Amino acid sequence: MTEPLIYDLGAAGRQGVLLPDCDVPESPLPADLIRAELDFPEVSELQVVRHFTRLSNLNFSIDKGFYPLGSCTMKYNPKLNEDMARLPGFAHLHPLNDAEGSQGALALMYTLQKWLAEISGFKAVSLTPAAGAQGELAGILMIRKYHVDRGDTKRTKILIPNSAHGTNPATVTMAGFTTVELPADENGDVDLAALREHCDDTVAGMMITVPNTLGLFESKIIDVIKAVHDCGGLMYMDGANMNALLGAVKPGELGFDVMHYNLHKTFSTPHGGGGPGSGPVGVGDKLIPFLPGPIVKIVEEAASEDEAPLYDWHMPEKSIGRMKAFQGNFGMHVRAYTYIRIHGDQGIKDITRHAVLNANYIRVKLHGTYTVPYDRINAHEFVLEGHFEGVDSVHALDISKRLIDYGIHPPTNYFPLLVHEALMIEPTETEDKATLDEFIDVMKKIAVEAKENPELLTGAPHNAPVSRLDEVRAAKQLVLCCRPIPEWAEETTSSKKTVEQ
Amino acid sequence: MAEIKTPSDLKYTKNDEWVKLDGDTATIGISDYAQDALNDIVYVEYPDVGATLKQGATFGVVESVKAASDVFMPIGGTITEVNKSLEDNPETINTDPYEKGWLIKIKVADAAEANSLMHSAAYIEFCKNR
Amino acid sequence: MSYIPHTDLERQQMLAAIGVTTIEDLFEAVPSSHRFPTLDLPKPLSEMEVTAELSALADANEHAADFAIFRGAGAYHHFIPSAISHLVLRGEFLTAYTPYQPEVSQGTLQAIYEYQSMMCALTGMDAANASHYDGATSLAEAVTVALEVGRHKRNKIILSPAINPQYRAVVRTYHQGNNTKIVGDSGRADIADLIEMLDENTAMVAVSYPNFFGQIDDLTHLAERVHQAGALLVMVVNPTALGLLKSPGELGADIVVGEGQPLGIPMSFGGPYLGFFAIRTEYVRKIAGRIIGETVDKEGRRAYVMTLRPREQDIRREKATSNICTNQGLMSLTACIYMSLMGKYGMRKVAELCYHKAHYAAKQISDLKGFVVDMSKPFFHEFVVKCPQPVAVINDKLIEKGIIGGYDLGIDYPHLKDHMLICVTETNTKDEIDALVEGLKEVTA
Repeated sequence: MTEPLIYDLGAAGRQGVLLPDCDVPESPLPADLIRAELDFPEVSELQVVRHFTRLSNLNFSIDKGFYPLGSCTMKYNPKLNEDMARLPGFAHLHPLNDAEGSQGALALMYTLQKWLAEISGFKAVSLTPAAGAQGELAGILMIRKYHVDRGDTKRTKILIPNSAHGTNPATVTMAGFTTVELPADENGDVDLAALREHCDDTVAGMMITVPNTLGLFESKIIDVIKAVHDCGGLMYMDGANMNALLGAVKPGELGFDVMHYNLHKTFSTPHGGGGPGSGPVGVGDKLIPFLPGPIVKIVEEAASEDEAPLYDWHMPEKSIGRMKAFQGNFGMHVRAYTYIRIHGDQGIKDITRHAVLNANYIRVKLHGTYTVPYDRINAHEFVLEGHFEGVDSVHALDISKRLIDYGIHPPTNYFPLLVHEALMIEPTETEDKATLDEFIDVMKKIAVEAKENPELLTGAPHNAPVSRLDEVRAAKQLVLCCRPIPEWAEETTSSKKTVEQ
Repeated sequence: MAEIKTPSDLKYTKNDEWVKLDGDTATIGISDYAQDALNDIVYVEYPDVGATLKQGATFGVVESVKAASDVFMPIGGTITEVNKSLEDNPETINTDPYEKGWLIKIKVADAAEANSLMHSAAYIEFCKNR
Repeated sequence: MSYIPHTDLERQQMLAAIGVTTIEDLFEAVPSSHRFPTLDLPKPLSEMEVTAELSALADANEHAADFAIFRGAGAYHHFIPSAISHLVLRGEFLTAYTPYQPEVSQGTLQAIYEYQSMMCALTGMDAANASHYDGATSLAEAVTVALEVGRHKRNKIILSPAINPQYRAVVRTYHQGNNTKIVGDSGRADIADLIEMLDENTAMVAVSYPNFFGQIDDLTHLAERVHQAGALLVMVVNPTALGLLKSPGELGADIVVGEGQPLGIPMSFGGPYLGFFAIRTEYVRKIAGRIIGETVDKEGRRAYVMTLRPREQDIRREKATSNICTNQGLMSLTACIYMSLMGKYGMRKVAELCYHKAHYAAKQISDLKGFVVDMSKPFFHEFVVKCPQPVAVINDKLIEKGIIGGYDLGIDYPHLKDHMLICVTETNTKDEIDALVEGLKEVTA
């Protein structure tokens, strides 16, 4: 089933939206600056609605079914969040509105800064980074500026466990540092001896994900932090897996100096097919002056309990600067605020407890059918090996694709790289036991199919909108748009109507 | 591992480049082992002709659908030619890594640098052990 | 809590299966000294109570649904057709992840491909990526591309001072750790001055079109001069203006970046927005971020997939040029639907309405005593007004009349103290413009 391109719908002269007539005297247009042509679709509103509705039907989503994509925390995104973000007083507020006229929005941001700091045990939070990766960059730039500010310019290395997300080393390079990879020990923890060997006065800091990408709490985390601090480095925590820590432990209290949050994972803002995200950063005392800005501050305390204080913008004195224009993805801040507010103190703790319960339940039930390489109590996610003895043709990817046929989204594939044929499974707390049981049954069934009829897996998916794609062709022909029509379009199906039902 | 081809008139690096010396010029490419590991190669990034690079310097990138691998100078020298035919047919590296799939030709700075490289037998051994 | 569905019985069954007694037993790997800290957060609230609290916070703001707004400076109040939010709110779009599994993500993938196509048509470029976080970060990423194209032998970046000051600040944030030399924007350099700065170390020149002051600079010979010097020309553009103005492609740009917020995305106090990024074919492999390409499936059916993946951080790791691992998926979808609904004629019509209304407003204000409108260059929908009083004083008085006045340029440009940047869009009626003019007249009377 394919859907025509929007450019292939419609007809010359058709319009989707009518705009009002001009109610002021017209001014002459500067003829030499005006474009001759704009090659855009000419479609009706109904055509647009049908086109995008049909496109939406080609997607899998949390609203459709179970989405155990490891490290991505695909929990239910409450509908209330969307309504709150669309309140006119938030949605139509100009980012450069005067602070006096933006007190409601500033109060929300101030409170969210405070709550995020409390949840993670940090002293201050900046909401400005637009995504987790931007939060990482902000964090490493802060570490850099901290050392430079002290005149300590020989620190050029950032230590990273070899199980880290690729964003970590890429961030290190962007910030002008070099990455030193650390091996894991047989338990999946950082190899302490190897770490201590690298700890010297050229270490700027260490980036580490807690729990790690195997879904395990680093059992020697206090020793790791101490080793890095002792050599003068700072500790960065990648907060991608924060859904395992709410009310269980505060990273700031463990000794971390800086961390980013993923509001789109832990705090339920929708992933939107790849964004927008939001990646606030929290810091301990040392890094407060370096936070990216602006942040929200109280400039005049409330005169009485019934009154509100006066809020204003503040650029920290030694700030690394702005991460993006304006003050962060405010629409995501509204959603995260709503989420924390509705859960309250007890609800926030319950999130992590049930996320961890669900993940351990699945692991125990699949143990035996699949190899669990690090078989101990895990956090909010865990890793299986996606292959079977004696069935060489079946890989983790095939198990993933077969899950699609059963109406379940595949887990994360081939990550972490430490595990052969990794399948990383994160159920989240919003799934009920019946959903988990169904997933467990399907996984067991697929294990049987793999042995009895491996082609069922290697040819999967069989009932998705499309079958497996020719990625080599995509990379070689590089047809990246249908306007302007590429010169090689004759060889492709681009710009031609290919409606197949 | 399937049998990899390692012509005996070439020398090999630990980064899987090969070099063929011919007087003061040399031809450089990636080994059969490397093309197999990368799988379907879709793109090659070349250095500028005329650039002088030291032994071990990055001279380009070989890219498949799932991976991208830097390629390094087995010995130092000045780039005299790049294999433009790979622009339209990068898969040639997969099918013929040692002949039509060569990457660059250089004017050699110091042929003695080749002494530090592996012969085919040593390279086969090296590949087996990883 | 309503989003956590577990019953007591289910919890007991699950714990028994795992072989522990309580949920707390699952946290023994956490150092006991730090396990289960207290959380000083408020008590839970019901949906009704949360709605009331958030509504009160929202209502405490002075916003464009209640006030006539004449502020732009990087974020713009435009008409947003109803169909957009109905489509964007579909859970199939809203609650999907990045399209790593293309077999079940064709909706997201094709929508991005269509978005890329429209951005190419709008900018006159050959390729566009799936987007960056916002216009400012798109510019910072363009700098990275230019440094890569110059193979890091060229490390000088020339920025026009007439680029949005916040964008220039973000470029400096991104590039503080490498040895990039950012010049050109400290004073009042015009296009000719920027050309003077070109040398063999220059990787790129960036200008804004229209510029931050709403003006359309004469860019006729810029591309030629920049290319002669072996550098790239980057243009920061307003997409609404491109409904009317010549495309940057026609003007010789190599990379076009900008803020896509005007394309159907609400202002939302600064985000989430949409950083578009379009480029000429020869540099396409240097793009950071997601990019969607066409291909076929096993049965030969047309389909879409993320391509050029090996450049990305998850594969290249420390050798990747950017750590970005998302795009602004939902915002690019929003822009795609907006551009589809507006189409060829609507894009032009919106741009013309902005142009005519802004020129009407400028004319009326220039007739006021004490106000001077800068008419030295052609402008689009923003213009600079020299005021007889501080801008903050004027705006305080305007807000009492239900008007959000222009942006105070003195904040970023010391030489433009008492200068206001006024923005007029299709949403401003003649009555609103006349009220603004009347208001300005009164506050300075």
